[in-house]
Amino acid sequence: MTANPAIVSLQNIGKTFHLGAHTVRGAHDLSFDLHSGRTLALVGESGSGKTTCARIIMREYIADEGQLLFHGTPVTDNTPKGLKQYRKNVQMIFQDPFASLNPAHTVDYHLRRPLALYRRDLKGKAVTDEIHALLRQVELDPELVAPKHPHDLSGGQRQRINIARTLAVGAKVIIADEPTSMLDVSVRQGVLELLNRMKRDLGLALLYITHDVATAHYVAEDIMVMYGGQILEWGDVNAVLSNPQHDYTRMLLSAVPNPEIRFDDPQSRLDPTAVNAVREQAKQLHPHVKTAGPNHFYRHTAA
Amino acid sequence: MNNPLLSVQDLSIEYVGDKTDFRAVDHVSFDVAPGEVFGLAGESGCGKSTIAFAISRLHKPPALICGGEIMVAGRSVLDLDANELARFRWDEVAMVFQSAMNSLNPVLRIESQFHDLLKRHRGYSKAQSRERCAELLKLVDIPPDRMRDYPFQFSGGMRQRIVIAICLALNPKLIVMDEPTTALDVVVQREILQRINELRRELGFSVLFITHDLGLMVQFCDRIGIMLDGKLVEQGTADQIYRAPTHDYTKKLWASFPSFHGPAPRQENAQ
Repeated sequence: MTANPAIVSLQNIGKTFHLGAHTVRGAHDLSFDLHSGRTLALVGESGSGKTTCARIIMREYIADEGQLLFHGTPVTDNTPKGLKQYRKNVQMIFQDPFASLNPAHTVDYHLRRPLALYRRDLKGKAVTDEIHALLRQVELDPELVAPKHPHDLSGGQRQRINIARTLAVGAKVIIADEPTSMLDVSVRQGVLELLNRMKRDLGLALLYITHDVATAHYVAEDIMVMYGGQILEWGDVNAVLSNPQHDYTRMLLSAVPNPEIRFDDPQSRLDPTAVNAVREQAKQLHPHVKTAGPNHFYRHTAA
Repeated sequence: MNNPLLSVQDLSIEYVGDKTDFRAVDHVSFDVAPGEVFGLAGESGCGKSTIAFAISRLHKPPALICGGEIMVAGRSVLDLDANELARFRWDEVAMVFQSAMNSLNPVLRIESQFHDLLKRHRGYSKAQSRERCAELLKLVDIPPDRMRDYPFQFSGGMRQRIVIAICLALNPKLIVMDEPTTALDVVVQREILQRINELRRELGFSVLFITHDLGLMVQFCDRIGIMLDGKLVEQGTADQIYRAPTHDYTKKLWASFPSFHGPAPRQENAQ
């Protein structure tokens, strides 16, 4: 697929949640790799298991089945020390830029903390210099922004601080869970550009989780479509989006807002019974993987 | 426009502050015809929600209407007294909020939430309300036998459809929808808006639709107004806003989000 070896790999990961006698399949047979300098988009509806997947990679959840590899080595050390070492390399950006920064602290503090924890070699003025360099990297003016509190900043600026924070730790892998869904359209593109540029310049591996197929198309090289805890279709973003194989992928793509087709057009109509049938079908276990192209795969219920 | 259902003329709304006032809506005028879907688009803080709230006079201090007129079916909304206003809301204008799925009362069964409204406005008995509730739930594709369930037993999309069913209960002439599907994913969003579109053809109500997703707005609306800093900078048919936007800001909005379908984002005039 790519010359770069995988930084993080998931192999046949499964996770089931138990609510009393009731069980929910959060993840089933997840296998994929995150490569340096590439973005993998994970798209799906709410409840499809996208965030469960992010939490497994962040090791907030321990998978019931399968294994998580970091640079080819299974990650098994669940002590605080092991987790800290892992999270030095794998960091997350959350959906809500308003809730993920502490309102009582300045931007300077938010960046000083990860540096104190993970970059202990930096002392005194070097720390301040590094904070300024990080802010410049996310296209913010250090003099202006460092002394400010989160409430002085816009949503887009706050999301940039969150990105700077992952860079401060020195992360190689960034899990971005709907990083732009709460931002205005006009600043959304700026944040996506920044993620793109960091991926190119710093060789980061990005997992971009979203329900917005249009932005996934814009930032990612590879895409995975998830439903009911399974990845139903995956591969090259253009191949999957231009030639979807799984019925669920087709339905998801046809529902993406398209100014060319008006709702009054009878051809555009999504039939609710058909939608439910596709969803029911997609919930089944799909044990067979079929190949649709050189880098395009989908799952099927029958061989 | 002859006999518009909703006519907003020269409306200005200010948020009154200690030292300075902030003008959130600045001399905005637009009309919505009976049965029409009119869209208001713009970024956060451009005043679109302030207008939505003002139409049923739901705006609260420090927001103050400092000029202009809002007419619904020929009556001035700003002149209604408290009793008239209580009747006017729901009966003539119903509103679906952004987080509408969270606006159902969590400790009441769905049927009681319908009864609450139908009893107050129509004097219905419980049996009559139940009958109407069943009809309305069918309209939004929810099995009527679920009316004895509580809100938590429904998914977000279903709750949103229940709220829309409640809005339809009194056959209002206008439904104001402020980002009704923003919290939902695309398939559910499509199902809901498609149903509303069918219902407005059937029942003839108008919709004031607010969103920041221009692509979705073009699919659903007949006409669209674009707002920037409290001013309505451009209005036109959905087709014109999509194919031939004239204001720079409209062009910039189109260029600012990656499109999945159709032509690549237009970069001209984009900053």
